[in-house]
Amino acid sequence: MTQPRTAGPETLALHAGQSPDPQFGARAAPIYFTTSYVFPDADQAAALFNQERPGHVYTRISNPTNAMLEERIAALEGGVGAIAVASGQAALHLAITTLMGAGGHIVASRALYGGSHNLLAYTLPRFDIHTTFVDPHDIDAWRAAIRPETRLFFGESLGNPGLDVLDIPAVADIAHEHRVPLLVDATLVTPCLQRPFDLGADLVIHSATKFLGGHGVAVGGLLVDGGRFDWEASGLFPTLTEPYAGFHGMDFAEESPIAAFLLRARREGLRDFGACLSPMNAFQILQGIETLPLRMRAHVANARAVAEHLAQHPLVERVAYPGLPNHADHELATRLLPHGAGSVLSFELKGGRAAGRAFIEALRVFSHLANVGDAKSLVIHPASTTHFRMSAEDLRAAGIGEGTVRLSVGLENDADLIEDLNRGLYAAGRAVQG
Amino acid sequence: MELTLDNIPIFAYTGGKSFDRCLPVVVLIHGAGHDHSVWNYQARKLAHHGYAVLAPDLPGHGRSGGEPLSSIEALASWIETLLDAVGVPQAALAGHSMGSLVALQAATQLQSRVTRLLLIGSVAPMPVAAPLLEAARHDRKTAHLMINQWSYTPASQLGESPIPGMSLTGLNTRLMERQREGVLATDLAACNAYRNGLEAARSIRVPTALICAERDQMTPRKAVTPLREALIDTPSGVHMINIKSAGHAMMAEAPDAVSDAMRSFLERA
Repeated sequence: MTQPRTAGPETLALHAGQSPDPQFGARAAPIYFTTSYVFPDADQAAALFNQERPGHVYTRISNPTNAMLEERIAALEGGVGAIAVASGQAALHLAITTLMGAGGHIVASRALYGGSHNLLAYTLPRFDIHTTFVDPHDIDAWRAAIRPETRLFFGESLGNPGLDVLDIPAVADIAHEHRVPLLVDATLVTPCLQRPFDLGADLVIHSATKFLGGHGVAVGGLLVDGGRFDWEASGLFPTLTEPYAGFHGMDFAEESPIAAFLLRARREGLRDFGACLSPMNAFQILQGIETLPLRMRAHVANARAVAEHLAQHPLVERVAYPGLPNHADHELATRLLPHGAGSVLSFELKGGRAAGRAFIEALRVFSHLANVGDAKSLVIHPASTTHFRMSAEDLRAAGIGEGTVRLSVGLENDADLIEDLNRGLYAAGRAVQG
Repeated sequence: MELTLDNIPIFAYTGGKSFDRCLPVVVLIHGAGHDHSVWNYQARKLAHHGYAVLAPDLPGHGRSGGEPLSSIEALASWIETLLDAVGVPQAALAGHSMGSLVALQAATQLQSRVTRLLLIGSVAPMPVAAPLLEAARHDRKTAHLMINQWSYTPASQLGESPIPGMSLTGLNTRLMERQREGVLATDLAACNAYRNGLEAARSIRVPTALICAERDQMTPRKAVTPLREALIDTPSGVHMINIKSAGHAMMAEAPDAVSDAMRSFLERA
């Protein structure tokens, strides 16, 4: 008897969630550009609203093209389902608001994308949801930060800006000991390099704008549920385990012990907060995902070549890339990211802000902009752009040096990338000599 | 609905409506390694169209306590105890896979208390492949993979779903994982050991439907023949219903078709 198996990521990236269109045979994913769907009769309309049958009612809540994207990422991540939303930030917001209301508390890694940090540190406290930030490496700090009202642990697979590797199994164990789920932002790794559910995470978010799309043309986000967290047994999540007056008095965990979280997130969060994804963006992200496994292999190969080159350059103080043996999390990366540590890295130029500016301005292949995960190589010098108002001391507190440069290594020829970086390094050297 | 049977807490899903025993009652019996949630759409459909629905988590499954019962006969007797506990004199019984054997056996034991019988994804006998029995005992992960491979169409196995954004095989894997150690192995052994199916079928005298899926590999259509022939003395003969483009997990893969087939059969004169 043949051993049963599931399809590999290359196959899922091309096929999951979509077979040829039954009406016309279209092989590519059709874009269902419609706001709403005709009900064949009054009974079917009532049945759709009442969850007696699955289907689409209004594109803010679900759409066939978006569903293909959701089912594809669910298959790639090994989850039970997903919800496509307007951005990665919308995915984080949807996860949090599905799990808690005023009075809720989150324990989060300190090494977060700036947008996520803003939401947790400044915006959500206005709604009485508070976050304690911890050093992601300090496992005891995660435990110490827990309060009776804690409802979520949150971290990034690869943290910002130092590319800290989140020890998902260890952090998940602590979360589960305290009956709360672990949410992981896996944007920088994608399911091709790491599947957080396999390591113990319960929920995953992506900014699909980045590597999943890869083309840099569509903003989008995804929230995926691994389906293992037992909301009923936890007893801490009344939004999922008690009747909800806003949707037929439904007790979501009773309805589906496995899909309760996604049921509530779609039936309440998408319906009421409305951060839905355009089907056009869903289509564009689907096109990107088709080549994701190939691209991630090439991204990793180029990133490794660039990191190794920079690491031996005399003008480079240090390189932060977990794929290099001198990174503090190299051992963890070897264990949790065996297919590569992604293609975002940062390095510290000797010569501070002046060297950083000169380096950036001399580059021709790398594009100077505030994004990561494009097929094209990207660069930013935080001290002269996103963080230019901050003093050297404040930068240090944020883990950023005056000469820190962040690269998102793309898919160009590696020799061209290294030549471009050498051009920048030469300019930086001249600026320092001055 | 939560109740206590033989001092064991039991959960039964009622399709999103309060259970009203004055309405015609339909009992939905889930299959091996599952719980009530496999009936979500069918239960809601029937509950919102004039039926009192009782979709129990069998002992040891889902939210119900106790140990899983080790024979189809014991499970059938348990259904009788359940009906007594909720004060239901008569009910239609619907079962999927292992649940269909329980419904069939219960119908012979309950006689006139059963009004109709709906056997979904059913064959009798129901032999279980030795590698699956072995895997269920010692390697649950492989058992779950086997079940998904034999229960879902290729499209579902590649992540396509009638429920927007959901992975049917992902849901089924987690549902089976959620059951306690030994539950799946006990259920499959009970199916494999049940030898009374054809004899039970010959004794059935209530309207009976066999709902078969076109692409069922677990209980394939051609293997249904002995059961269909044994149900020869049911009024007007057994009612065969074919569900297109679905496999053994037809309630998930073709929820509307199965719901409509069940409702339509229950409402036949």
